Amino acid sequence: MRNEVTHWTLAETCRHLEAGDCCSVELVEALLAVIAERDPLIHSYIYLNAEEALDAAREADASRAAGKGGRLLGVPIAVKDVLNVRGQPCRCGSRILKGYTAPYDATVIARLRAEGAIFLGRTNMDEFAMGSTTENSAEGPTRNPWNLERVPGGSSGGSAAAVAAGEALAALGSDTGGSVRQPAAFCGCTGLKPTYGLLSRYGLVAYASSLDQVGTLTKDVEDAALLLSVMAGRDPHDSTSLDTPSVHYSAVEGFDLRGLRLGLPKEYFEGGMEWEVERTIQAAIAVCRELGAEIREVSLPHTALAIPTYYLIACAEASTNLARYDGVRYGYRTPDAADVETLHSRTRAEGFGREVKRRIILGTYALSRGYYEEYYGRAQRVRTLIRRDFEEAFRNCDALLTPTTPTAAYPLGERVEDPLRMYLGDVYTVPANLAGLCGLTVPCGFTKELLPVGLQMLGPALGESVLFRVGGAFQKATAWHRQRPPFPVAGSAR
Amino acid sequence: MKWKASIGLEVHVQLATQTKLFCGCRTTDSNAPPNSSVCPVCLGYPGALPVLNREAVRLTVRTGLMLGCAIRATSWFDRKSYFYPDMPKNYQISQYAAPLCEGGAVEVEGEDGIRRTVRLRRIHLEEDVAKSLHIGRRSGVDFNRAGVPLMEIVTEPDMGSPDEAFAFLLALKRILLCLAVSPCNLEEGNLRCDINCSVRPADRSELGTKVEIKNLNTFKGVRDALRHELERQQAALEAGELLEQETRRWDADAGATFSMRTKEQAHDYRYFPEPDLMPVRISVEERESWRAALPEMPARRCERFMQEYGLPEYDARVLTADRAIADYFEEAARGASNPKWVANWMMTEMLRRMADAPSEAWARLPVRPAALRELAELAGRGVINSPTAKAVLDVLFERGGDPVAIVQERGWGQISDAAAVGGLADRVIREHERVAADFRNGKAAALQFLIGQGMRLSRGKANPALLRDELIRRLGSRSESAG
Repeated sequence: MRNEVTHWTLAETCRHLEAGDCCSVELVEALLAVIAERDPLIHSYIYLNAEEALDAAREADASRAAGKGGRLLGVPIAVKDVLNVRGQPCRCGSRILKGYTAPYDATVIARLRAEGAIFLGRTNMDEFAMGSTTENSAEGPTRNPWNLERVPGGSSGGSAAAVAAGEALAALGSDTGGSVRQPAAFCGCTGLKPTYGLLSRYGLVAYASSLDQVGTLTKDVEDAALLLSVMAGRDPHDSTSLDTPSVHYSAVEGFDLRGLRLGLPKEYFEGGMEWEVERTIQAAIAVCRELGAEIREVSLPHTALAIPTYYLIACAEASTNLARYDGVRYGYRTPDAADVETLHSRTRAEGFGREVKRRIILGTYALSRGYYEEYYGRAQRVRTLIRRDFEEAFRNCDALLTPTTPTAAYPLGERVEDPLRMYLGDVYTVPANLAGLCGLTVPCGFTKELLPVGLQMLGPALGESVLFRVGGAFQKATAWHRQRPPFPVAGSAR
Repeated sequence: MKWKASIGLEVHVQLATQTKLFCGCRTTDSNAPPNSSVCPVCLGYPGALPVLNREAVRLTVRTGLMLGCAIRATSWFDRKSYFYPDMPKNYQISQYAAPLCEGGAVEVEGEDGIRRTVRLRRIHLEEDVAKSLHIGRRSGVDFNRAGVPLMEIVTEPDMGSPDEAFAFLLALKRILLCLAVSPCNLEEGNLRCDINCSVRPADRSELGTKVEIKNLNTFKGVRDALRHELERQQAALEAGELLEQETRRWDADAGATFSMRTKEQAHDYRYFPEPDLMPVRISVEERESWRAALPEMPARRCERFMQEYGLPEYDARVLTADRAIADYFEEAARGASNPKWVANWMMTEMLRRMADAPSEAWARLPVRPAALRELAELAGRGVINSPTAKAVLDVLFERGGDPVAIVQERGWGQISDAAAVGGLADRVIREHERVAADFRNGKAAALQFLIGQGMRLSRGKANPALLRDELIRRLGSRSESAG
């Protein structure tokens, strides 16, 4: 069972459990065995909830025997270390939350729990979701299952690597500027960033409140639709959550794309993309055309401003969101501080990593008296322009097709000392967060070094159904998403 | 040289909501055990989000409407950043760029009897911080107060003296009580003030250097701090010194203000719109429905009480100082044959017995306003005498009920029957012939003794006025016949 389970999707697993092919305890045991075998190399998990997960699995099996249901009854899911799960640590890959145990469930967790899901463990991430490589973690880096010398992407790198390596059936992540889609592309997973406000942020530790959104990392589009159906909907605990009627999302129907207009934003194809990526994306576009979609060029004129706009807004919000980590109420506290000011400054100096400090300082500066208008104020106005670009584009097409990243996964350590180059890797993902849109990435091929490439689909606000239709049809026509990294992995055990 | 002072106040008013501003925790008083009303939201736990308490918005807008402010159709919250151990998030959710209410004014009557207008700049809504406690060398933080809604009322620098600032605060408190938007309990810290003040030569129109005094929690403290601070500034200016723009604190024990920080050390709060909350929208319909529900201003009600119920100004003022008391009185006085009787009972017995009770207690009082009206009638018409009336009130306080029924049930009715009282008078005269003779011989004081004896014999039930008349009639007629 150990080898089979690495290939199963979430939906397949549900069907197997329903049919009695296996029970939840066997499933959890099999996954724990895979983790025990592979995770020492990959390091996607930073906390395993093995005993409690097995207890929950036993309970789920008993419930099922008693005729009780639940869309995810007895199904284990991995959770990025940024979401509160009651009774589990939630450290956001940071030293500063050392010792913190979540006293409550995030709303998305509560909804998954209500359908019977089991929370197997917590996956590694860039500290407070700041980074694109999962190298900025107090727990050490995660490696890409396709090549252990490469980064898995970030900040949800642990979730992406766990799904790719078969260590998780599916995982939750968070996407502030591409933190679900970029690692999904680097690891060959399907990654969904829903529309801002579709999923509750209550219990998601904030990085940048106006951009953060919970997302999913799965083996295919059907699983993304399944998880979204369970988690979506208005939450009274989150004032920014949208009041939408509950929708049952699905990617099962539809084998073609006839009648759909798919736009190619010309600014996204004007250089900066690696040739290997471009070749793969062009081939994927051709598949969509063959499936009957009408492909047309569109323009998003303010694309070049997206990266600076994103980093100003995200850092400004982060500088206040992270102010609460001060050693007073929870988490790490510097020993023997003589006064409050020392307590605050030393706790933060010792508790935060370099990238987090860099962004707090950037954001503090951007909000300072005399600089606010020039930086934060201007960034907000540009944000409006970027949003209008998309509104204009969606007048003429149903969804956009773009590369997810300009390159495939790069070597560990390559961009640690070059944050600007790392930031530029977010160029295709950041605009969707600024405009509050939904985005989906699906595997669409490999570079010649056998590294996955992702095709990104962007939809208008609440356009998830269109994305699932395009992604679902694409995955029926191709088999890229069914590729699994060979084990033992390239670059391993040297 | 003549000097002129300009004073502005920022008054933080705790609103009378059941729950905190951004979470469902109950608002508690200082008796609650520390950290007994807290949750992930008001403790600033990772991942927790604020949700606006709409009742706090209503109370703030209600105040704004009462004070003639313009109400913003769309306002929003901002984050105000600074590090402090009693701030759970190290930013306070407040309103900076777009407060709920702007403009408005409070009418203040000075000791000279002249009315002045203190203009308001704005009224906004924000969350309170926690409370630090220091026990020996250790410190603790009680987060019960963290997140409690505060309404901040900011005035223009329109007040010219400490007494005027004091009068403003009294007038404001009266209005807030009348609106029932805050318990206004000063001991509980429900009203806290920051002062801005400056001094300039009387012939100059441009304001002098502004000094801020932080966190005063009594009105007297505001007046004392101002008296001292204005004197200090004036002395410095007279000595030719330059004042520095700074923040000071008032030490009541030392009777002086001390510098906390200068302009250079001032915080940069880095305000920006709170991304976790949606803008607050108030529709015209909602605003107008709140306006329609406004009570009468205390000053207007006071005048009306004087006219409608014929009360002296002093009584009218006392009875309109607290809305709960005014409502109670008015319910009792309405339909009374003589409202002044009711007012007398309010001014004496009722206010004395309710001196330590909170305003809310009036509405729950077992003595219903109608019962007080009855009681005032019984006593006023002389059906029962004053000690009996007080005894009836004791019963009403204890278990409510109807005064007439209580009097009958206990046989406390006054004897007003002329024949019965006449018999009593005969008996008194018979038993005290010498005293009766004294009266006949012109010793007027002897009558009091005879009345007292009659009251004693009747165990207090005789109608004293009637008894007096009957005695005079007998003694007077006898002296005539003797002459």
